[in-house]
Amino acid sequence: MITDEEVLHIANLAKIELKDDEVEKFRKGFQSILEYFEILDEVEEDVEPTFQVLPLKNVFRDDVPGKPLEREKALMNAKHVEEGYFKGPRVVE
Amino acid sequence: MTSHQISIAEWRERLKSEKAEDLIMELIERIERSKYNAFISINKDAIERAGEFDRGKVNGKLAGIPVAVKDNISTGGLLTTCGSKILYDYIPPFDAHVVERLKSEGAIIIGKTNMDEFGMGTTTETSYFGVVRNPHDPERVAGGSSGGSAACLSVGEGVISLGSDTGGSIRCPSSFCGVVGLKPTYGLVSRYGLIPYANSLEQIGPLATCVDDLALLLEVIAGKDQRDSTNSGKEFVFDPELLNGKKLTVGIIREMSGNDDVMSSFNEAVEVIKSLGHSIKEVSMPSFKYALAAYYIIAMSEASSNLARYDGVRYGHTLEQITSWNKFFSAVRAEGFGDEVKRRIMLGSYALSAGYYGKYYLKALKVRTLVIRDFKRAFKECNLLISPTMPALAFKIGELADPLTMYKADVNTVPINLAGVPSLSLPIFERKRLPVGMQIIGNYFEENSIIAFARKVEAEINEI
Repeated sequence: MITDEEVLHIANLAKIELKDDEVEKFRKGFQSILEYFEILDEVEEDVEPTFQVLPLKNVFRDDVPGKPLEREKALMNAKHVEEGYFKGPRVVE
Repeated sequence: MTSHQISIAEWRERLKSEKAEDLIMELIERIERSKYNAFISINKDAIERAGEFDRGKVNGKLAGIPVAVKDNISTGGLLTTCGSKILYDYIPPFDAHVVERLKSEGAIIIGKTNMDEFGMGTTTETSYFGVVRNPHDPERVAGGSSGGSAACLSVGEGVISLGSDTGGSIRCPSSFCGVVGLKPTYGLVSRYGLIPYANSLEQIGPLATCVDDLALLLEVIAGKDQRDSTNSGKEFVFDPELLNGKKLTVGIIREMSGNDDVMSSFNEAVEVIKSLGHSIKEVSMPSFKYALAAYYIIAMSEASSNLARYDGVRYGHTLEQITSWNKFFSAVRAEGFGDEVKRRIMLGSYALSAGYYGKYYLKALKVRTLVIRDFKRAFKECNLLISPTMPALAFKIGELADPLTMYKADVNTVPINLAGVPSLSLPIFERKRLPVGMQIIGNYFEENSIIAFARKVEAEINEI
């Protein structure tokens, strides 16, 4: 059983604020989905995992300097900008 | 093909007697009047591009042809929302690789199509901009997540379009709307500029009203791009003569089926394939029992990492007041994401969290190995594999309210993304006046066999 505390813990990991009534709604959904995922308990352990389907290894490009995105373009979608920088929340209180 | 649909050949025919500028204006008016909600935004520059074509300044494989682009593919200077409130006003500062390719071949980008938020859905009901209605029955969904890209073609609001397919997002709406759609082999089309949901599963792919148009669009978008490190560097050139006179062995996948309507249509299509001289064989893929769970665990895990970038700092929805780190990010994301996106990010975070990694994520990657093995075995016996694309006809709007029920609708499409093989959805025989799609699956980079085969089946079905 997934508890309300676990839902709040997951929401905190994911950085998504939940209202009280949302906790119960998501808890129910999580419960049935995670129960469905239990089917994987049947799968044999002794198999190599596949992270990536193509047999590609160490794809390199030539190390030639390119043109970076101009500062003005990089900032054009931000609402909080100061002196040519993004302005974000304070990390240390 | 319905009477509304417009093929590239028909559009070119019109261009002989009419100006591209007039045709594009007419198309835009049609989209603006539409009740299907297939588009999130229209590209006003399209009329100017059409004017350039009229003045003889545009060349290329798609010169003067309008293309609709899914709204998770970056178009420089043109709104790109991913169907989400969190990107409601995002203007990309650059073009995706596929958009560069379209422009260099003279295509006219007509607008950006509606989609499930970040591609997370099977019905386009999770879009912040509202559901896409199915042109065959407006009370039903167009499918998802590339619902707009498919619906616009089936009602003549577009000629060709681009979608993206993470677990069926091109093939499902193609099936529900009666158009052709392809998920290419993983790595055939560059993902540079595709706003990511689940990188190891998704590909950009073409949708069209007929197989020939789809092949041409794939030729344009496939190929080498250094900016996507998973790009194979392979080109695609269509060879329509490839299968001439060849008799294939076509495998029906036992584990992929559908309801009675779907199966009666599918069985009729199987008879058509037999009548073309190909042999049919049943194949079993035991790992598919686990594919749906494995797919959702991988997709959610990758989503939880990918969508961490939406923090209200660099782009998109934000708050007036910048408060503390934790509070600010959590509030921006609570306001900006819809429920399905929140659900997948949270479950992905859970699956990757300490103590659960081995139970969920690693296990899912092991299933992926088993799925690949099953495909390898099947392609030793068969040239191509087929199944119904979707297990049911287009759903009524609101019918799949429960998330798990919605996930289960993807049962036939997700194993393809786990393995990375290509698959095309071809319209077959309608049931209850609704389209049904057949999925044609090939081995890695066998797009040419799939498309050449689909072309023959399409021609035969159109005769009936």
